[in-house]
Amino acid sequence: MITHVDPAHIARRPPEECAALTLTGISADYGKDRPALEDVSFTIACGERAAIVGPNGAGKSTLFKVVVGLMPHTTGDVLVHGHSHHAGDCPSIGYVPQSEGVDWNFPLTVLDVALMGRVKEIGWLRRPARADHEAALSALRQVGMEKLAGRHISALSGGQQQRMFIARALAQGADVLLLDEPFSGVDVEAQTAIFDLLDDLRARGVTVLISTHDLQTATTRFDRLLLLNRRLLADGPAESILTPENLAAAYGGRLTFWRDGQAVTVATDECCP
Amino acid sequence: MLSFLLEPLHYDFMLRALAAAIMVGVVCAVVGSFVVLRGLAFFGDALAHAILPGVAVAYLIGGAAGPLFWGALGAAVATALGIGMISRGGRLREDVAIGVVFAGVFALGVALISTVRSYSTDLTHILFGNILAITNYDLLLIAGFGLLVLLTIAAFYKEFVVISFDPTHAASLRLPAEPLRYLLLILIAVTVVVSLKTIGAGLMTAMLITPAASGYLLTRRLSRMMLIAALIGAGSAVMGLYLSYYIRIASGAAIVLVTTACFGVAWVVSRLRNN
Repeated sequence: MITHVDPAHIARRPPEECAALTLTGISADYGKDRPALEDVSFTIACGERAAIVGPNGAGKSTLFKVVVGLMPHTTGDVLVHGHSHHAGDCPSIGYVPQSEGVDWNFPLTVLDVALMGRVKEIGWLRRPARADHEAALSALRQVGMEKLAGRHISALSGGQQQRMFIARALAQGADVLLLDEPFSGVDVEAQTAIFDLLDDLRARGVTVLISTHDLQTATTRFDRLLLLNRRLLADGPAESILTPENLAAAYGGRLTFWRDGQAVTVATDECCP
Repeated sequence: MLSFLLEPLHYDFMLRALAAAIMVGVVCAVVGSFVVLRGLAFFGDALAHAILPGVAVAYLIGGAAGPLFWGALGAAVATALGIGMISRGGRLREDVAIGVVFAGVFALGVALISTVRSYSTDLTHILFGNILAITNYDLLLIAGFGLLVLLTIAAFYKEFVVISFDPTHAASLRLPAEPLRYLLLILIAVTVVVSLKTIGAGLMTAMLITPAASGYLLTRRLSRMMLIAALIGAGSAVMGLYLSYYIRIASGAAIVLVTTACFGVAWVVSRLRNN
């Protein structure tokens, strides 16, 4: 399939820089007249760590579903390392699901989940070989979860859940990681552990895109924020995009904020969807 | 004691019934594990009822010796694919769509069968099974298709687990999730048809979900869950048949009552363990 790229959609980064993930004019809907995403374009460079922020219902999870190919899009294209989604050779993306969306009573151990990253390598009609077990265990070691390999997934803390899924992505060999709301239900200590791990991964060139409605974490921990509410409203470093105008556009009237020096304090009276 | 166990085995029809019940118990339990994990219990029940028109048409063609199995298989696969398509999204909730379709199709089956004079007996056999009338040909079909189902599950085991646990991860691996989902629905359909004469349409759900649910309560590993479910399914089949032989109750119902008792024990055990 030939994709025509509108010049306006080409990301503003210089072309010689490595582009891990590119979206060009992505639109998607939940059905007729129910748009979910409209004309979203951005490029995430290799090794970059970016956060998609926006209120609940802004289309953050939908965007991730489109990027991994679970949900169809009506216009535009998703490129992973320059390969189109529609092409067979598109490298796979590691996906860390939102904790609430996972059935934690599913009869699986931590190792079983890490092994799921190897399903494609193992191939059809085959069972995991020793090398696959070793790859899964090594991925668990990298996230500090090797000792918990035999544990049932319901016995994990919020931070361990996240690390297990990151291990699955590593076992998959993915160097582009999507984390959907990784900090909901995770305490500060576990959050720090996850960021240490993400720092580690960045040093190895792994690209990380997370979605969060937690502006506080996003502001302090990420190089780049993408402010989403169906459309991409702003894109850049926190201090330059978190303007009263942008925030009002994304969060509507439900948001109050103060700006004192560098710190941006955001309070929202919207809690849950 | 020994004569208690051996006496029924003097009858060929009992031997065939035992063989059928054990095979059906195992196949239902293994497939049922995915039914339980994916929350497809209502789908299985609907499927068991929706095969009625297929059976009815086969019956109208050839009577009791007609191609009932093949009629049922055709109807079941068609219904599984139909429900699969309906549940792909739309304004109606999936369970509502299934309810509407299966009740309508079931009514069509009853209407068709009611044109035959021996209507009530035949309908009873379809609804509650007729395990003592299992023929060698039936056994061959059960063994052949049962084996096919088990081999397919074994072949696509890891893929079925991935699409059941995390569809988004399946998509990110570029697994053909939709064809795999349909394959699983078809396997459930074939299992229902294979079990039809042994257990009947009315109690089918019990064989699909009760042993699997018991296994789910007793272990945290999927492979062990399937093993426990298969043991409960096969064991209940044997015990149920003996029960029906000695106290003269309907065999399908007896088998289901034993599985339900097993589930009760599993529930108590898992409760005690958690406390």
